[in-house]
Amino acid sequence: MIPLVDVQDLAFSYTNDPAHSVFRDVSFSIRRGDIFCILGPNGTGKTTLLKCVCNVFQGWRGTIRLDGREISSMKTSDVSKGIGYVPQNQVPSFPFQVRDIVVMGRAPHLNVFSSPAKKDRRIACAAMETVGILSLEERPCTMLSGGEWQLTLIARALAQEPRVMVLDEPTSHLDLGNQVRILRVVKGLAEGGMGIVMATHFPDHAFIAATEVAIMNKRSFAQKGPPEEVITDFNMRDAYGVDVKVIQVGEGINRKACFPSL
Amino acid sequence: MYSSGKKVGLGIMPGKLMIFLTLLLAVVAVASLMLGQLTIPAATILKIFASRLFPIEQTWAPTLESVLFDVRLPRLYAGILVGAGLSISGASFQGLFRNPLVSPHILGVSAGAGLGAALAILFFGNIIAIQFFSFVFSLIAVSMTYGLSRVYRSTPVLMLVLSGIIVGALFSASTSLLKYIADPVNNMPSIVFWLLGSLNNASNKDMVIVGPIILVGITVLLLIRWRINLLAMGEEDARALGVDTGRIRLTIIVCATMISAAAVSIAGIIGWIGLVIPHIGRLLVGPDNKHLLPVAVLVGASYLVAVDTLARTAIESEIPIGILTAMVGAPIFAYLLRKTRSGW
Repeated sequence: MIPLVDVQDLAFSYTNDPAHSVFRDVSFSIRRGDIFCILGPNGTGKTTLLKCVCNVFQGWRGTIRLDGREISSMKTSDVSKGIGYVPQNQVPSFPFQVRDIVVMGRAPHLNVFSSPAKKDRRIACAAMETVGILSLEERPCTMLSGGEWQLTLIARALAQEPRVMVLDEPTSHLDLGNQVRILRVVKGLAEGGMGIVMATHFPDHAFIAATEVAIMNKRSFAQKGPPEEVITDFNMRDAYGVDVKVIQVGEGINRKACFPSL
Repeated sequence: MYSSGKKVGLGIMPGKLMIFLTLLLAVVAVASLMLGQLTIPAATILKIFASRLFPIEQTWAPTLESVLFDVRLPRLYAGILVGAGLSISGASFQGLFRNPLVSPHILGVSAGAGLGAALAILFFGNIIAIQFFSFVFSLIAVSMTYGLSRVYRSTPVLMLVLSGIIVGALFSASTSLLKYIADPVNNMPSIVFWLLGSLNNASNKDMVIVGPIILVGITVLLLIRWRINLLAMGEEDARALGVDTGRIRLTIIVCATMISAAAVSIAGIIGWIGLVIPHIGRLLVGPDNKHLLPVAVLVGASYLVAVDTLARTAIESEIPIGILTAMVGAPIFAYLLRKTRSGW
């Protein structure tokens, strides 16, 4: 079976000098239902990597294939039909209503001169329904909480009807309840057959949701594999420079969790 | 369920609002044809128009016909196009630059036009040269801004604004220099008056050239108006949504610049409209450019025609329209701002 997304030996640098690359030798692939979590310290290039995969950044080296086709040879709009992107983004200056923002996800399916038709608005509605924000559809985006805004961006990416969704730290800056709500939505999407790539700062979220984890550090993937093998005391210390205990938790939770010590 | 007749802004349906605004423009247009030093009754205007098509006995003074066709009609035509054009350019630029404080002049259109006009007044002194030079110089100024912004590799939109400030400063300083060395009896007042803006010089001949430029610009912006929403989300978001941001940005800049340059060349520098009409539009229909741009076109046209009518009827001599657009517009805007419910 061809993976949904297949990344081989990816490298990116802002300058033309490969010696100053942000990252290099990055390879991974995503199949239906996968949740691939990327951990790593601030500033190691997780966001840059995700932007390369979504074709927001160009000029990377290596290959990125979407359903077996190289995205460098595809039209931008065709890439956007396959890959939905949930950025770390601020609310725009204009008070667009939630539904206006979600329907923007239809852009890759529309030509330059058209605006969304009934069908597009229906798809946007379905997307809002899926993430549970249909009741907010008329709310100006300037009046949303952080969690609601994050769900709006996920709904927008869903309206693209992608096969893969790329999320950049979707749970950062959110309270515990919203973190879990976002993870629940993401897990639901994967159960529906979508491939997920997600950068996160919470190793526990990888234990909760991920099928595969990579740690990005020192300009590449330092580790990659199943969560239990990658998120270990040693690897966490290596990546974050602090002592961490990874402990199996019982009490009905029955999974591992990370406990840092001061 | 998502209904197409959604209520936003002040809670008016965009469809109904468009009908109302079209009627408003018609009323304002008829009033502007009637009013002036000579008042022409609406019935007479109708008869004069009809006489062009049907054999009707002439019961009006021949001067009325000339006032209508050679003075008021081209002026009305110019008012509609300049008002609509500056408003839609402003709204598009505010979307492109993701900033509600942007006007169509941000990339240096008016600074360029000012210098062109000042040069033409000093060296040629005739109206055709002034129009031609102001048009060409505003295009030069914006091209310089765009070229300069491409030199820097980082965030294109921010660099455009900064380059616009740099180029604008250069051209404005040059205009000031020309004002300083100009003959203070004739040339300097001409430059100053030109900079204040007026539709006084609009003639049928100008409109044949300028009209199509503005109309094409407005049409293209209306066609791509939903895409401008995507740019308002930011460069990278738009790219992730499959938008060729470079091309759409250039399209908006070219259209808005052609419109503003053409408008400035026949009407001088009319500020405020391109900044404020989009805000009034947003108060009426919300920030979605799908509704905002058509509304801005109609409101801008009505507003400039109304203000121009006021400019030439309020007192004996004509008041420069650039002064009035602000003097009338500022209080209206201040009043409307009270009604805004959710930010911009």
